[in-house]
Amino acid sequence: MNAVTDQDLAARLAGLVDALRSHGVRIGTGETVDAARAVEALGLADRELLREGLAATVLHGTAERPVFDAVFDLYFPRRTGAPEGGSGDREDLRERLAAALADDDTVRLGRLAVEAVDGFGGYGSSPGSDGWSSYQALDRIRPQTLMARVRDEVRGRDGGGGFADRFLEDEIRRRIEEFRRMVAVEARRRVAERRGRDEVARRTVAPTADRVDFLFAGKDRLAELRRTVQPLARKLATRLAARRRRAARGTIDLRRTLRGSLSTGGVPMRPVLRRRRPARPELVLLCDVSGSVSGFSDFTMLLVQALHDQFSKVRVFAFVNRIDEVTGLLEHGAADAEGLGARIRSEATLTGWHGSSDYGMALGEFTERYADAVGPRTTVFVLGDARTNMGDPNLAAVRELVRRARRVHWLNPEQRSLWGTGDSAAPEYAQLLEMHECRTVRQLNALVGRLLPV
Amino acid sequence: MFTSVDDVSTRLAETGYLASPAVATTVFLADRLGKPLLVEGPAGVGKTELAKAVAKVAGARLVRLQCYEGVDESRALYEWNHAKQLLRISAGRDESWDEARTDIFSEEFLLPRPLLTAIRGDDPKVLLIDETDKADVEVEGLLLEVLSDFQVTVPELGTVTATRRPFVVLTSNATRELSEALRRRCLFLHIGFPDAELERRIVRLKVPGIDTALAESVVRVVGALRAMDLRKVPSVAETIDWARTLLALGAGTLDETVVRDSLGVILKHRDDIQKAAAKLDLDAV
Repeated sequence: MNAVTDQDLAARLAGLVDALRSHGVRIGTGETVDAARAVEALGLADRELLREGLAATVLHGTAERPVFDAVFDLYFPRRTGAPEGGSGDREDLRERLAAALADDDTVRLGRLAVEAVDGFGGYGSSPGSDGWSSYQALDRIRPQTLMARVRDEVRGRDGGGGFADRFLEDEIRRRIEEFRRMVAVEARRRVAERRGRDEVARRTVAPTADRVDFLFAGKDRLAELRRTVQPLARKLATRLAARRRRAARGTIDLRRTLRGSLSTGGVPMRPVLRRRRPARPELVLLCDVSGSVSGFSDFTMLLVQALHDQFSKVRVFAFVNRIDEVTGLLEHGAADAEGLGARIRSEATLTGWHGSSDYGMALGEFTERYADAVGPRTTVFVLGDARTNMGDPNLAAVRELVRRARRVHWLNPEQRSLWGTGDSAAPEYAQLLEMHECRTVRQLNALVGRLLPV
Repeated sequence: MFTSVDDVSTRLAETGYLASPAVATTVFLADRLGKPLLVEGPAGVGKTELAKAVAKVAGARLVRLQCYEGVDESRALYEWNHAKQLLRISAGRDESWDEARTDIFSEEFLLPRPLLTAIRGDDPKVLLIDETDKADVEVEGLLLEVLSDFQVTVPELGTVTATRRPFVVLTSNATRELSEALRRRCLFLHIGFPDAELERRIVRLKVPGIDTALAESVVRVVGALRAMDLRKVPSVAETIDWARTLLALGAGTLDETVVRDSLGVILKHRDDIQKAAAKLDLDAV
């Protein structure tokens, strides 16, 4: 690290904390002070110690670690500027990369990642490129094609055979993955040098799980999201209980207050509150499980299922263009989060003539076949993007639903600005019922806490 | 207690605990900043062992509070010795009320539980609050005062403040999300599975008689199992058990038969064993 003054260090720490906060990590001033004390105790000599030390002081959980690592790499880079030397010869680089992969030498891999970005990641007018792209660098070097070569080299050296030999390929694959990650970090650092750290930290670091858009979340991100269901459900349950307590305070029951006042000579000394009948609300979920929004509805279904003891009756229906009840598939304990979507699609009748979603048809079928599911105590949630594939939105069915249910809410995983574009019938539906934008776990959390009936 | 991060690693290693850089750094900071250390991680990676090792290094007494569902104030903090109080009252029949009252709520009738024990007295102590996530949410509130100010308030006696701060380690398996307030008072450390190099060293340290090549293959197989999608992936404790088993069986190298016969040591579910056997091609022979 280049010469760092106290001033600079303090600013850097504050910048790091700021960037983390902008990614939704909650860090108080106390933690920042602790972080500074940690830096003081550890010194700046060893970067990895510093990383662990800062992580220990500012983070409160494992979910935030990936974000932290990425931001840390930007604010405390291994080095600055371009590397010295580096031949810029592709074959030579691949040669050395293969050797480093075979030796499993992380330090050398790190150096090669730097060279790779410098030599092959730059785009725009040279010298001094306009930007750096890890994608381009990896595309030119193609580390994945070194697989066979590295494997043969390691086998040749160790003599092969042996039981553990069968994992060799997986191990090499993991090393290559690690190299790709290093290249990405390095490219981001080079970009940050050009465009300013704060800007890059805000934009290019992947957000924490609760801020990921449902519609754009990758497979691993969705798995991460599902793990948050249990704690989220717990939080919501406490919030619902608190709301119920508040609701129980209620309004004054005038008749009983006056009758009570007879014993005190007509002076109402003790107000009597209106007693609430503890009605266990019923819940009906209509979920679009067509490919485009399945991540969203899977997640929401699991969440509602986790809240099941809060409601006397939860019924879940899934549809693509036909509707079917899937409550049984979500039975407690049987709900295996991973395969849920697939199971629903294979075991329930969801599609008719074609495979694309049709809200009008599905909603119509619901009001016909499952009319008894909705009564005056029922709150209905519709989950979906309201994209009807140009079909008839069947507003009559929705009107019927709204008339019969206590409340009807629609959670739409699309950005509000996209509603009504293309084949979206969102504005039409939104006129008949309340439609809410629900793009991330954070939004879902807030919405469910507010909308669920008590 | 420690002079540097390296000092932490070497001294922990002397007691038989090999710490990764992350662990050593965090222990060092916890000592320097005087903050409690919250350790999370899967079962069997040495969370509790860490506290024991630190106690051994520091020459401190280990005070352990094992949390479970329903653990409460009287189990964690202190309790009045009612039987003794009754005896005292019946022994001194002729006393005035004031005398008796001040007397029966004195130190003599107090039964200190782990949290109070840890902050009283001048000798060095390590307080281990094990499996914090098993305790109810209310207990966390109880811990807050102890962890931030190292003091306990006994209404009849006043506030007991630590003259010498204990080194506090809280462990959690993350079965329940701990409250934000508790997390904020602690340094956070996640102990995951060690990397292959460290795990090899752990195996060689814990199972002295093992052959280097065998230790290496054991670690590689366990690493591959961890990459699989199993119900319960093997932890460091299982790796060590397996290495011991192999040593006891007299197996010099790993092969299909040995692995298949001893897979039950590292995997604890039937479907896991079947899945692993299929993936490892054990039936190919």
